[in-house]
Amino acid sequence: MKLRRRQRERLILLLQYAVFAAVVAAVLSAADWGRLREAFFRTDIIASMFPRVIVVALRNTVVYTVAAFAFGLILGTVLALMRLSRVAPYRWVATAYIELFRGLPALLVLFLVGYGIPIAFPDREIPGGVIGQVAIGLGLTAAAYMAETIRAGIQAVPKGQMEAARTLGMSYLTAMRTIIIPQAFRIVIPPLTNELILLTKDSSLAYLLGVTAQTIEITKMGRDTLNDMVNATPLLVAGLTYLLITLPLSQVVRRLELRYAKAR
Amino acid sequence: MSARPHQPAIEIRGLHKSFGRIEVLKGIDLDVGHGEVVCVIGPSGSGKSTLLRCVNLLEEPTAGRIRVGGVEVTDPDVDIDTVRRGIGMVFQAFNLFPHLTVLDNLTVAQRRVLRRDRTGAERIAREHLARVGLLEKEAAYPAQLSGGQQQRVAIARSLSMAPQLMLFDEPTSSLDPELVGDVLAVMRGLAEDGMTMMVVTHEMTFARDVADRVVFMDGGGIVEQGPPAEVLSRPRHERTRSFLSRVLDPSHVAGPAAEAGQLIG
Repeated sequence: MKLRRRQRERLILLLQYAVFAAVVAAVLSAADWGRLREAFFRTDIIASMFPRVIVVALRNTVVYTVAAFAFGLILGTVLALMRLSRVAPYRWVATAYIELFRGLPALLVLFLVGYGIPIAFPDREIPGGVIGQVAIGLGLTAAAYMAETIRAGIQAVPKGQMEAARTLGMSYLTAMRTIIIPQAFRIVIPPLTNELILLTKDSSLAYLLGVTAQTIEITKMGRDTLNDMVNATPLLVAGLTYLLITLPLSQVVRRLELRYAKAR
Repeated sequence: MSARPHQPAIEIRGLHKSFGRIEVLKGIDLDVGHGEVVCVIGPSGSGKSTLLRCVNLLEEPTAGRIRVGGVEVTDPDVDIDTVRRGIGMVFQAFNLFPHLTVLDNLTVAQRRVLRRDRTGAERIAREHLARVGLLEKEAAYPAQLSGGQQQRVAIARSLSMAPQLMLFDEPTSSLDPELVGDVLAVMRGLAEDGMTMMVVTHEMTFARDVADRVVFMDGGGIVEQGPPAEVLSRPRHERTRSFLSRVLDPSHVAGPAAEAGQLIG
């Protein structure tokens, strides 16, 4: 039978929906729903985790993330300006730092800050306790990535902007502050927000530094409750709690990207 | 920079500029008098834009001396930010600040550099916006304007700093043909008001009507200069003649051979 073009297209579309429905039906019928609910969705365990998972664990995750982001942002901006410097040794140092810390696992750097430094300098202490250790341990790695993002942002501002500003009599620093950095900032907000999302998840590594009941974060709490209850429900709760942070952030990035796409 | 009348507004002596091994300017001597309008014409790659950009030190000369209003800009100890305040510049790509409104584009340097207060700066900005016919666009962002409007805003931005002279670097070259006229009209008005202007341009009609002097450059040097009627109508040099015939009557060029000869020059 010969089909007309529109009929053929409709048939192909129908087939695709049918395949999708078949796969979903197969998964649903094969799953042991009682068992899954028992393992992942025990309401008594969920209830037992509240409100601590929010008021303590979520809060601490946010504190670790913001601390590491702030440390990384400051160090990353300094590194970016060093990479753009006219002084060659500044460029060498910044390039070496970025290459080094982009190549090391975040966990190794965290161990170095949390365990290596205290052994090497037993009479000194990193300020801020675990928060300080996480801020520096994760921030050192994040700074390497942020430095490249910020440098690219500054370089993405057309050369004519600096020329126009200098032609109007602005000094290099005034031009940087009032003309170049504000434009670079708009360019780097979306990638920096992505970095913030990555840091939110990396903050789970904090539990390897030995957190207490006061400094516990989401992943550690999920794991502790899993051990107590011998049940996987706490992991589901922990996962959903992370999404409370990361989903709104993703939404913010999408909005900003749309807005700046219009402004340019 | 107080300008004494017997001194030229711009004085260029023995100017050389190289980019790496390529010598773009091969010894330029040029004076521009107060209130004079000088149009610099020539084929692309002749060094005319580089010459202009040396005057406010956007390009650092390799050798030679440039004085603007009696101040030697090529002196290594000169305060270049102070010198540049007195020299307006308009670019081919407009270079408006895209994150600022039209009004803020005109006030940012007045406030940061000249330390004028907001009210004073905005009053001056509006005067110049009115002059270029764009007073109603003060709240717009550059991206919302046409190319011709952007370039007029850029001219008003330069004028807001009360410059003693203005440099124009191919101000209409990136505009759609129907938008060129508004920009040229603003420039003509400036010239009639006695502004000292150095204009790199391909607009031969503008050069003929407005310029006091036309300078023809080729191969990094000045080939000939004089009143527009002479240089544009009765050029003495073959290179000028060949350039003008290519610009004024592009469909009647002798062919690829002539083109090759032109590029080597």
